[in-house]
Amino acid sequence: MFRNQYDSDITTWSPQGRLFQIEYATEAVKQGSAAVGLRSKTHAVLLALKRSSGELASYQKKLVKIDAHLGVAIAGLTSDARVLTTFMRTESMRSRLVFDRPIPVHRVVAAVGDKAQINTQRYGGRPYGVGLLVVGADDAGPHLYECNPNGTFYDYVAMSIGARSQSARTYLEKTYQGFADASLDDLIRHGLHALRDTLQQEKELTVLNTSIGIVGVGKPFEIVEGEELKRYLSLLDSTSNPAAPPAGSADAAMEDAPPAEGEPQVAVDTAAEERQAGDRMEE
Amino acid sequence: MTGTSVLAIKYKDGIMMAGDTLSSYGSLARFRDTRRIVQAGDYTVVGATGEVSDYQHIKHLLEEVLIEEYYTEDGHKLGPRNIFEYLSRVMYNRRSNFNPLWNYLVVAGFKEGDKFLGYVDLRGTTYQASTIATGYGSMIAQPLLRKAVEGRENEVTEEEALKLLEDSMRILWYRDARAWDKIQVAKVTSEGVTISEPYKLTTDWTVGEYVKGYGA
Repeated sequence: MFRNQYDSDITTWSPQGRLFQIEYATEAVKQGSAAVGLRSKTHAVLLALKRSSGELASYQKKLVKIDAHLGVAIAGLTSDARVLTTFMRTESMRSRLVFDRPIPVHRVVAAVGDKAQINTQRYGGRPYGVGLLVVGADDAGPHLYECNPNGTFYDYVAMSIGARSQSARTYLEKTYQGFADASLDDLIRHGLHALRDTLQQEKELTVLNTSIGIVGVGKPFEIVEGEELKRYLSLLDSTSNPAAPPAGSADAAMEDAPPAEGEPQVAVDTAAEERQAGDRMEE
Repeated sequence: MTGTSVLAIKYKDGIMMAGDTLSSYGSLARFRDTRRIVQAGDYTVVGATGEVSDYQHIKHLLEEVLIEEYYTEDGHKLGPRNIFEYLSRVMYNRRSNFNPLWNYLVVAGFKEGDKFLGYVDLRGTTYQASTIATGYGSMIAQPLLRKAVEGRENEVTEEEALKLLEDSMRILWYRDARAWDKIQVAKVTSEGVTISEPYKLTTDWTVGEYVKGYGA
C-alpha cells in the first residue's frame, strides 16, 4: 500500500532525517504550470502560463489579486492556493482595518509561512500542495517572495516556480543584473522570455495562455490578460521557444497537460522510487 | 483616579501637546506627579484624560503592538495615523462590549512631513483637527487655541506654540478645580519626539486682592 514505511504520517521522520510528505508536496508544486516573477527598483511583475484541460475548457486562473498593492502567482493545487490567498486577503484587510495601513509584504508572506509550517508539524493533516510567488509594493519599495509548502519563504530579485521552471531560472540567472534599473516594459519582456523558455516544443505564448501581473510603487496591482497582452507579446521576437529541450528529456517528464488516460503518472512515482533505491543503498 | 485636560496644536514644525501631572480622586488632589503623555514609537505621542488605570492599560497595549513592530525587523514603523487607527478600534471595541476604557485620548505625531492630530474617546468617537482639547480644556482652552492656530498651522512658531499652550494651561489651572500647576509639554517634529520633564507654571494671583464677596 505504501511505497515507503515513512510515507503515511507527515510527522514521522525517516531514518535519513527526511519528511516524505513535505517532499511530495514540493513535487506537486513542480507539476503546476510555470510562473515567473521579477522586480526592478520601481516595479515587480508576475508572468504565468495558464493551462486548460481541453479544447472546450477555459484556462485555469494563475494570478490572484490580494490587495491594491499585492498579488500572487500560484503553482500546484489550485484549491489549496484558494485557501492561502483567502487567508492573505483576510490579513490584508485586517491590517487596513486595525492600522489603516496596506500590509507590509514581508508580513503577509511570513504569516503564510507560519500557516504552512503548522501543517508540517501536526499529525492528521497534510502540507499545502502549492507554491506562491508574491509581488507587492510598500514603503520599502517593490518586493518578490517565494512561498513553499514546507513553510519557508525567500526574498528574490527574480524567481520561477512550476513545471520546467528551471529553464526560466537559467534565463533569469543570465540576465538578472539588468533588472534593477530596467523599465517596466523591459522587465516584462525579460519575464516573457523566461516564461517562454518553460514551454514545451511547438507551444507558444498566446493571449489565451499568458497572464501578467504588474505592481509598482504608487501603481496598484493589475492583471493583464486577453487582448491587452498583444502589446506585451509583441515585445518578443518570437512567441515560441527556440531553445526548448527535446521531448523525453528529464525536464519534459513534468507534462504541462494532464496525463492521458491509462498513461502512468510518472513524475512523483519516479522521484519516490529513486529515493527508495537511494535509501536502500544507504542502508 | 482621573486626569484632567490635554491640549494639542499643530504648528510650523510639527505638533505640540500639553497636560498637567495631577491624578485626582474625585475632588481630592491625590497624586501630583503622574505623567499623562506617553511616546508611542518614533513619531507619535498619546495624551490621556480620564481614568488613569485605563490609560495605563492602553499604554500596555501600545507597548505590545510596538514591540511586535520592532522585532518584525522589516523596515516598517508605525506612524501616528496607524496608532490612531489602532486606538480608535480598541476604544470602539470596548464600548461595544459595554465595558469602555474611560478616556479621552489625543494622538499627535509627525512622520515624513505629515502632521497628524486626532482625538478618540471612550465611545470610539474620532475626529481630526488642527487644535484639540479634552476635558475642561475643551470648553475653556479650545476657543483660544482655535483663534491662535486655525489657518496658521504652518506659520505658528515653536515659541508662539509653547506660549499659547502654557497660557492655556495657566488659565485652566486658575479655573479648573481638577487642574494642577505642574505640566509637561511634548513636541513631535522632523527631529523626533521630545517630552519635557514636569515643570511649574508661573502664576499671578495679585488679582485676588480685588475679589470681593467670597468670605475674604
